[in-house]
Amino acid sequence: MSRHVDTVTNAANTPDLEQPFAELGVKPDEYARIREILNRRPTNSELAMYSVMWSEHCSYKSSKVHLRQFGDKKPDSDAMLVGIGENAGVVDIGDGWAVTFKVESHNHPSFVEPYQGAATGVGGIVRDILSMGARPVAVMDPLRFGPADAPDTARVLPGIIAGVGGYGNCLGLPNIGGEVVFDPTYLGNPLVNALCVGTMKHEDIHLAKASGIGNLVILFGAATGGDGIGGVSVLASETFEDGGPAKRPSVQVGDPFMEKLLIECTLEVLHAGLVEGIQDLGGAGISCATSELASNGTGGMHVYLERVPLRDATLTPEEILMSESQERMCAIVPPENAEKFLEICAKWDVVATVIGEVTDTGRLIIEWHGEVIVDVPPRTVAHDGPVYERPYHRPTWQDTLQADAPTADRLKRPTTASELRDTIMTMTAAPNLASKRWVTDQYDRYVLGNTVLAQPEDSGMVRVDEVTGRGVAVSTDCNGRFAKLDPYNGAKLALAEAYRNVSTTGAVPLAVTNCLNFGSPEDPEVMWQFSEAVRGLADGCLELGTPVTGGNVSFYNQTGDVAILPTPVVGVLGVIDDVERRTPMSWKTDGDLIYVLGTTADEFAGSEWAHEVHGHLGGLPPGIDLKLEQALSQILVACSRDGLIDAAHDVSDGGIMQALIEMALRSGIGARVWVPDNLDPFVFAYAESATRAVVVVARSEEQRFIDMCAARNFPATRVGVVDSAAAAEPALVVDGVYGDVLTLPIAELADKHFSTLPAIFGPTVG
Amino acid sequence: MSAQGARIGVVTFPGSLDDRDAARAVRLAGAEPVALWHADHDLKAVDAVVLPGGFSYGDYLRCGAIARFAPVMQEIIAAANQGLPVLGICNGFQILCESHLLPGALIRNDHRHFVCRDQRLQITNNTSLWTRDFELNEEIVVPLKNGEGGYVASDNVLDELEGEGRVIARYLEVNPNGSYRDIAGITNARGNVVGLMPHPEHAVEPLTGPTTDGLGFFTSVLSSLLQGAAR
Repeated sequence: MSRHVDTVTNAANTPDLEQPFAELGVKPDEYARIREILNRRPTNSELAMYSVMWSEHCSYKSSKVHLRQFGDKKPDSDAMLVGIGENAGVVDIGDGWAVTFKVESHNHPSFVEPYQGAATGVGGIVRDILSMGARPVAVMDPLRFGPADAPDTARVLPGIIAGVGGYGNCLGLPNIGGEVVFDPTYLGNPLVNALCVGTMKHEDIHLAKASGIGNLVILFGAATGGDGIGGVSVLASETFEDGGPAKRPSVQVGDPFMEKLLIECTLEVLHAGLVEGIQDLGGAGISCATSELASNGTGGMHVYLERVPLRDATLTPEEILMSESQERMCAIVPPENAEKFLEICAKWDVVATVIGEVTDTGRLIIEWHGEVIVDVPPRTVAHDGPVYERPYHRPTWQDTLQADAPTADRLKRPTTASELRDTIMTMTAAPNLASKRWVTDQYDRYVLGNTVLAQPEDSGMVRVDEVTGRGVAVSTDCNGRFAKLDPYNGAKLALAEAYRNVSTTGAVPLAVTNCLNFGSPEDPEVMWQFSEAVRGLADGCLELGTPVTGGNVSFYNQTGDVAILPTPVVGVLGVIDDVERRTPMSWKTDGDLIYVLGTTADEFAGSEWAHEVHGHLGGLPPGIDLKLEQALSQILVACSRDGLIDAAHDVSDGGIMQALIEMALRSGIGARVWVPDNLDPFVFAYAESATRAVVVVARSEEQRFIDMCAARNFPATRVGVVDSAAAAEPALVVDGVYGDVLTLPIAELADKHFSTLPAIFGPTVG
Repeated sequence: MSAQGARIGVVTFPGSLDDRDAARAVRLAGAEPVALWHADHDLKAVDAVVLPGGFSYGDYLRCGAIARFAPVMQEIIAAANQGLPVLGICNGFQILCESHLLPGALIRNDHRHFVCRDQRLQITNNTSLWTRDFELNEEIVVPLKNGEGGYVASDNVLDELEGEGRVIARYLEVNPNGSYRDIAGITNARGNVVGLMPHPEHAVEPLTGPTTDGLGFFTSVLSSLLQGAAR
């Protein structure tokens, strides 16, 4: 041991040594508190641990006071088996099955290094799901970028897509959905959110806690290297100023092959009943895993840090504690199970090392070659981090923004059939509405053989039980423009859309996860957006009866003074008794009737039309009544169960016209559509009123369908009929357009819809 | 022997991904799937073997290059040379080429992207042990998903494959990966070893696949076994 290591003894003897806490992102008052807790100065290793664990990313210090609402306003739900605070929430889906799902951000690393940032984002969320004892069965990825044609989008998008695909494909997890959204505010701040779903039997649920004195602490998986050191506190908590960050630690590098082995190995040791507690190593690496396991368990742990297998022998103990090397897990194993545990690891070629044991000291003690370098109460590291009541206030510009409504006087609207036709062709090809096939064709949606629905369907659906057909559906949504106009209702609208998308496919919405992407919490106006969005989401979940099971907050998504659109991405999970009864998004049969469920009003604030055609954002977002949303959901689920409808598609971005075009393109069969008498054709086509869906009803079921809607007092308007002979070639033929008939050939629509992304990002196949 | 009693092995290498799917397809075709482990010199007396898709050994070095040396492959290579029916799908096809059970190689897609799509194919050989339930020139649709699926070989080899009718399937409409002469799958001279880049095991149920066309490969080998054509 030639290297000087800062030990606890040394720290006691040199109380006045100056420590570089500020460079580690620790504020002076936080440093003072660490000294108070320890009653001495921290060792360098302790300082490293506190700095990562008390970072915004790990401690939620700015968001905690607001996130409490998800617990305080939790609806009564029998479904919740494990709630917020664990690696991921777990819900009961019946027949003894449980499902865990969660969405997390990997925004900043993906800006710095798109491929690895996105890849390790997928890897991290998959390990969260795995550490609950579940087999990961599907992934989704809500993504946001700057303008599609911006040079930096060309830099980050292909790498991020390849990273999401490369990692997920190599793990053998189907990618069943997600989002790709373009907006100027995401330029320099791409959002890479990753969602994973896992399934298990109730008895297989595992928690992250170290109990049982004398139990062994086993680190298994990849060796620890120098990648991602300090990534958590520095990368995720510093705003990108012009000219780039001052500190830029290397982004972690993923090895999906190692992760695949780790999945199979972990599930085998869990199912063999060998494990007391388990935790994945993600942000803050060994610091996080040991302190959280100890804090959740009996309260003490003794770790011999020099036993950690290293990729780089020159790493210091501080670096080993902070390293975010991927594909590592930590298990608490009774000594009598150790041999069997190590045997299973060896079978999967996974290196496993006993690095310590559970104790009754109430302290987390870490040794380095016989000298104590960490001696702390684990709870102070893992759970009793700082809590900030950050100041917030309604932005001074909010009123002006809301007053600038996109009325017909303010923004020119099409007023003739030919103008509307031009608008339709523009909108169909708009980057936000155009086909995302360029992206999704780079993801494996088939592997595991249980994918029932995948993009571009309204929600992704996988079969959980091959015998009974029980399955789950998941959708993620958020219109950041709505959230900017009104964060409270914008969050509710995001929830409503995801809830609706799940219902549209025939599943009953059950639980919610979220990834709250915002600018700097040190800006009181951003903090207001955050607090309003959380309040809206918590109120909305209470109203809909769908509890929040977990989630993630990503702050500091801004460049200079410009923050991203507030983007509370909401994921809703639903359950369906038999996936055979799923409702697809498109029609198949000539003569089936096309209905719009819900009410269309002159609502264009935050709409895709205002954004794409006029670059306008102002006014108040569409009204949202969650009681109506619930009624619509019940109708859609009942229709699926009773076989009343053959197809259903959510109406959101791009309104009814976009929904009809997507349905026509999916099926290749045309339809005749007529604008209802009481609606302006343009409002009918592109208004973005909430709580609507297009459904397709067989003539034989029409009366039952109408009766069901009437019984629930829910508006249903017949707007068309599936008709392969509507025109000489397959086409959408729209009648009642300012005294004219519009013929929109499917081939022409397809040419617009499918060529936008390949034209920008280069051809792939076909 | 009867098809009902047929036992078809599905090998799991570290990094195999579609092994469960292949086992399901075997079951739906009416046979019993038998799990084979890469590290064992043991074929468990199976009647045929499927090498599934995935990224065996992380695709390190080259796709299939390490798997070719797995203990189980030594048994499979020897048995295949004695006539054991072997189907390699995607990564399995790559392993068969690396093992020299099939000629040629598979390289990175010409467009440099991973691609997942429902692919139209034409069956151009219905005499191999894995294709005999199809009509000649029958068109089918099965999923294709690969990053390194471009089939390449020398002109001599390609001429020989075509001359002997050993191209078992070709891509129709779109060549999704730059494969020479639109080749999607080939067989050895004996017709017992087949390599296929698309994934028939993902087209075996109407619920989860674009079609059920993929079942034909699995029922074909059962027909072959039933007729005593194998070995």
